[in-house]
Amino acid sequence: MTETILSVRDLTVAFDTRRGPLTAIDRVSFDIGRGEILGVVGESGAGKSVTGSAVIGLIDRPGRIAGGEILLRGERIDNLSPEAMRRVRGRRIGMIFQDPLTSLDPLFRVGDQIVETLRTHTSLSAKAARTRAIDLLAEVGIPAPERRIDGYPHEFSGGMRQRVVIALALAAEPELLIADEPTTALDVSVQAQIITLLKRLCREHGTAVMLVTHDMGVIAEAADRVAVMYAGRVAEIGPVASVIAKPHHPYAVGLMGAIPTLSQEADRLSQIPGSMPRLTAIPQGCAFNPRCPKVFARCRVERPEPIPVDASRVACHLYDAAERAA
Amino acid sequence: MSGYDLDAGDAPPVPLPEAKRSRLARWRDSDLLANFLRSKTAMAALIATVLMVGLAFAAPLIAPQNPYDPAQLDLINSNLPPIWQADGQAPYYLGTDDQGRDVLSAVLYGLRLSLIVGVLGVLTSGVLGIALGLIAGYAGGAVDTLIMRVADVQLTFPAILIALVVDGVAKASFGSALDVGPLIGLIVVSIGLSFWVQYARTVRSSVMVEKGKDYVQAARLIGLSPPVILVRHVLPNVTGPVFVIATINLALAIITEATLSFLGTGLPETMPSLGTLIRTGNRFLFSGEWWIVAFPGVALAGLVIAINLLGDWLRDALNPKLQ
Amino acid sequence: MSAYVEVTDLRRRFDVSKPWLNRVIEREPRKFLTAVDRVGFTIEKGETFAIVGESGSGKSTVARMVVGLLPPSAGEVTITGVSMTDPRQAAARRRLRARIQMIFQDPYASMNPRWRVGKIIAEPIRAFNLIQGEGAIRARVGELLGLVGLHADDSKKYPHEFSGGQRQRVAIARALASQAEFLVGDEPTSALDVSVQAQILNLMRDLQDRLGLTYLFISHNLAVVRHMATRVGVMYLGRLVEVATAKDLFAAPRHPYTRMLLDAVPDLAHVGRARVPVSGEIPNPIDPPPGCTFNPRCPLANDRCRTEVPALLDGVACHAVHEGRA
Repeated sequence: MTETILSVRDLTVAFDTRRGPLTAIDRVSFDIGRGEILGVVGESGAGKSVTGSAVIGLIDRPGRIAGGEILLRGERIDNLSPEAMRRVRGRRIGMIFQDPLTSLDPLFRVGDQIVETLRTHTSLSAKAARTRAIDLLAEVGIPAPERRIDGYPHEFSGGMRQRVVIALALAAEPELLIADEPTTALDVSVQAQIITLLKRLCREHGTAVMLVTHDMGVIAEAADRVAVMYAGRVAEIGPVASVIAKPHHPYAVGLMGAIPTLSQEADRLSQIPGSMPRLTAIPQGCAFNPRCPKVFARCRVERPEPIPVDASRVACHLYDAAERAA
Repeated sequence: MSGYDLDAGDAPPVPLPEAKRSRLARWRDSDLLANFLRSKTAMAALIATVLMVGLAFAAPLIAPQNPYDPAQLDLINSNLPPIWQADGQAPYYLGTDDQGRDVLSAVLYGLRLSLIVGVLGVLTSGVLGIALGLIAGYAGGAVDTLIMRVADVQLTFPAILIALVVDGVAKASFGSALDVGPLIGLIVVSIGLSFWVQYARTVRSSVMVEKGKDYVQAARLIGLSPPVILVRHVLPNVTGPVFVIATINLALAIITEATLSFLGTGLPETMPSLGTLIRTGNRFLFSGEWWIVAFPGVALAGLVIAINLLGDWLRDALNPKLQ
Repeated sequence: MSAYVEVTDLRRRFDVSKPWLNRVIEREPRKFLTAVDRVGFTIEKGETFAIVGESGSGKSTVARMVVGLLPPSAGEVTITGVSMTDPRQAAARRRLRARIQMIFQDPYASMNPRWRVGKIIAEPIRAFNLIQGEGAIRARVGELLGLVGLHADDSKKYPHEFSGGQRQRVAIARALASQAEFLVGDEPTSALDVSVQAQILNLMRDLQDRLGLTYLFISHNLAVVRHMATRVGVMYLGRLVEVATAKDLFAAPRHPYTRMLLDAVPDLAHVGRARVPVSGEIPNPIDPPPGCTFNPRCPLANDRCRTEVPALLDGVACHAVHEGRA
């Protein structure tokens, strides 16, 4: 593997409530290499967005990082002061959110917002920053950037706004980009444009990307590797092609079968009974055990640790050497 | 990703109560109660309000005297100062007025009368305003325009002026020798007519939002008629803001009644409310008998402040944006 | 009068003008948004007709006009030969009312949160006076809950005690309570997670087989439409651009927009696919392009496409297809 940019080790996030702490993220670990796109996929309640917020240090009260470490190029960032973390955000970690309209200030021209970011995080002069901003807008595919740079966010269409947000996120040449459902608010035809753009830019700039989404189709097209999350834990992590074509974890198997596809006709979709447990009622042992078709006694008492299976790592007792032998 | 409150999107949902919990149990666990227990001001305001309401309605039991009964008044005991002053006498802890009426008893009975008038006034204005707001919001078009323009015009007059006009017109037509019952009714109607606009506006805007929502569409598909949809489905979902307005308006209604009585168009001296007491007591302020006006004034101020603080807390607690 | 549902020349305009005073002062004319423009299709009894389109296509407006929640500006909807608009048929329409129900995108928003589920499901039974007697109604509610895969005892719970998928089951039970035979689903699964979506889609198909239901299925998700529909109508900016059987449409799309859409959808089968995404975005529906509304994005557009609106002939509304250029 190439140089590791982000390394998350046993990350645990808890939310303090009146009825005691709730563990939203439970010992999650993954790495993202230079120029690599890691898809983090899961259904609502899986904890994928909370993981993203934890990495950029935006876990708000009553949530807190309760354990583990987050390393950016080997340097811990989970215990930085808010002031130091603010400098890391924007400079070393860029962010793209679901709704482009809320991540742009409606009262400022888009150019001014990019220039402001550039001047905060780099030593460019005002004039150089503006030239750089025009280059960035051109790079993300905004037509006539020297004119559009003076437009306000509401003058841009949804897809163009998301392009501006991407330009803004990449302005300071960050090493890591966190994209939280970047295409969810967009129409299908525009989605494809944004995915293609994101992929191209990350290859060219060597940016590591953590792509958080619920849409397995987006992951299939954009990501190199994928982490499937369930109830705050990573169920399976591995190369995208093998996780989609040959998933190992029973949850991943069920999930892939439940997604209707354009390419094949199925009379019935495979369905997983029940639904994601609430944080107040995460089952003992493997969190998936009450819904799992292959559950056995050990699953109800002992939490499975991720073990290497083929090219992936799978948190499931089925793949434990001892169980296989039996 | 800035606003990770507990019930947004992917963030962990607020723990929901288990099945088959009683309404009481759910309320006990609700955020409203937790918020209330955290707010010391709200607790103090509630205790003060409950105390004053309790005292007011227990007045016939605890007051040393019935101030409405002329037979119990004795001119010999007139103008006595409070008990802690040199000439103070035993049952008249807060002194007496020029008729020999015990100030403490008069305040307790007056408090009761003010509360009754205030609550009835709020109910009248609430029912009127909610009904008109529901109709305006759901019907839209010309009906809406008519109701809301009337409301706009009414808003340009101070509430007290409207109350005075209603009061004056009624007294001119029925004569001023009205019995106490109808007189209270008249004041209640005056207050009702002066305060309905706020309810109507709030309810109307809520209804306009709610009527586009799917549950109203679903109710239409079921074949329910508009009045049934309004009362059964829309109304329960717009009550939050109405409740806040009602609490704050209770304080305003009590003040309006006091003002009317102070101006002499409210309740008569033979059956004094807090406002009437302040008006009559006002005459003695400069002749040294300060207690006749001071204690009713303190009671009125205390009641209004307590209710207002309660209303403020409720508004903040029910408004998620302020949390 | 052979088809179960017949929609002819349906149109809907919305007045989006500024208030009268502003128009007078700013000398602006009234503005209208044509959300639905001359849409016509038929649905046979027992089939699933799907309308697919992106935002602003007018698909939800069509659904609302079909069930009678929104009066059309022009055109007609007839169901079992009864007009949904003709005032002379009001009595027949009232009898029909109970047999047409709708399933909404957000099941939680379509229920009164203060009511127990039993009361919610019983409401249409009471409103249409279908069953007399509390005991009989309770028995029917229990039966309906069983039909959608819930337990009769669930009638005592409140909507918030259910998960999203269970709530959508409750919504389906309520729709069936009035003995509906025609269900209009407006994005019924797009608010749900994929594993739960599979449950609801399977349930809808099972119910169709068991009860002979007819569906009008509105969705932006092509894969879901492919899984559910017998026939599909594709809408773009208020117009129906292509109607075909699901099989034909997905095997051999004819309209350039349908082709673009099918190509743009991120799909599990497209791992790591590099592609040339379609350019452009959906124009503002208040000010649509003249002629064929798709012409600014269409690779086959010529002068005729820019001036003349193509008619829906033989299932396609495209000059290029009609002229044999595509």
